Amino acid sequence: MSQELYTNVAIFVMSVLVGFEVISKIPATLHTPMMSGANAIHGAVVIGAILIALEAQSPLFYGLAFIAVFLGSVNVAGGYVVTDRMLTMFSKPKKPKNESDDGGDK
Amino acid sequence: MSILLTVVSLMYLVSAACYVIGLHMMRTPKTARNGNRVSGVGMIIAVIMTLLVAISQKEATMTGGIILVIGLVLGLGYGAVRARTVEMTDMPQLVSLFNAVGGGAAAAIGAFDYLSKSTGSTLSFAFSFPVALDLVIGGITFSGSLIATGKLAGKISGKPITFPGAKVANALVVLVILVSVVLTIGFAVNPSWLILIICASLLFGILMTIPIGGADMPVVVSLLNAFTGLAVSMAGFVIDNQALIIAGALVGAAGTILTLQMAAAMNRSVLNIIAGGFGTDDSKG
Repeated sequence: MSQELYTNVAIFVMSVLVGFEVISKIPATLHTPMMSGANAIHGAVVIGAILIALEAQSPLFYGLAFIAVFLGSVNVAGGYVVTDRMLTMFSKPKKPKNESDDGGDK
Repeated sequence: MSILLTVVSLMYLVSAACYVIGLHMMRTPKTARNGNRVSGVGMIIAVIMTLLVAISQKEATMTGGIILVIGLVLGLGYGAVRARTVEMTDMPQLVSLFNAVGGGAAAAIGAFDYLSKSTGSTLSFAFSFPVALDLVIGGITFSGSLIATGKLAGKISGKPITFPGAKVANALVVLVILVSVVLTIGFAVNPSWLILIICASLLFGILMTIPIGGADMPVVVSLLNAFTGLAVSMAGFVIDNQALIIAGALVGAAGTILTLQMAAAMNRSVLNIIAGGFGTDDSKG
């Protein structure tokens, strides 16, 4: 096993453990926003898409790179914006009780 | 390591810390919105750093650069506009759609790197294993999430859709996936294996999601979300990029815990929801 691969596997295992630990019991009203927030984070895939677009040298690879960049950037931009909109209902000082109850029904 | 790469790597670490802190803050309503912003700032840092690498890259072709810019502008624009204009009640299906495209992007990266190896060359296990997983999981989440989007939006019937022989069909598709994974990992590069693995995974994503009722969809979307995280992480192994490995693994694990909690809140088990759809007419409560 190369040093690079070992490093990557170690990073993977540690990140999985952090992922398990960082979420403990969360209220049901936050389930959907949390899902959406996590969805936005895996939008990091756009980073990989940008990097492969630089390697592309022929039409087939241009096509694949374009698909990856387009889909990845939809994921990252849409993910963060829609999560932020979902969470506006929690940040209003007066209303959160009522509105968060509505959010839980969805 | 050049100065640029050192700075970029360190900033990737900062962005990874932002994701973790952001997720942590999203556990309570009070700090949730700021948590999402912290994680968003981390993402912006990571993307800017990657673009810096892109600018300094000398091997890139002009066409590649143009495609990159067009893809980014169209993708960011479309995602942001859809997210801004969507009705509050339609948000779950939009999240599912964004999850689908994430899985699709991860699979496209896997396909790109697999095809960039010349046909007939043998691959190291350290490359072929994550590629195969990336394609399978990415393909399943892409088609599965699209079906979930359709069900949540009412474009596909929310009722469990079953057909005679569904169990046999599922078993066959799983078998084809296993065979194509073995072909991809154990044999020399051949574009046919890639087509087989992608088609079988897309088909399984559909077969897995259509028998599940609309009421169970949020749990399924959350499960597919965790899957996408794993696919993104595998894509990180394929292109040897730690930013992807960390973000993907984090979402994969956090998404799994979240899925379990969502199922528990409905007094269901995840296995019950997934397996309940396999071959049965009604999803039992």
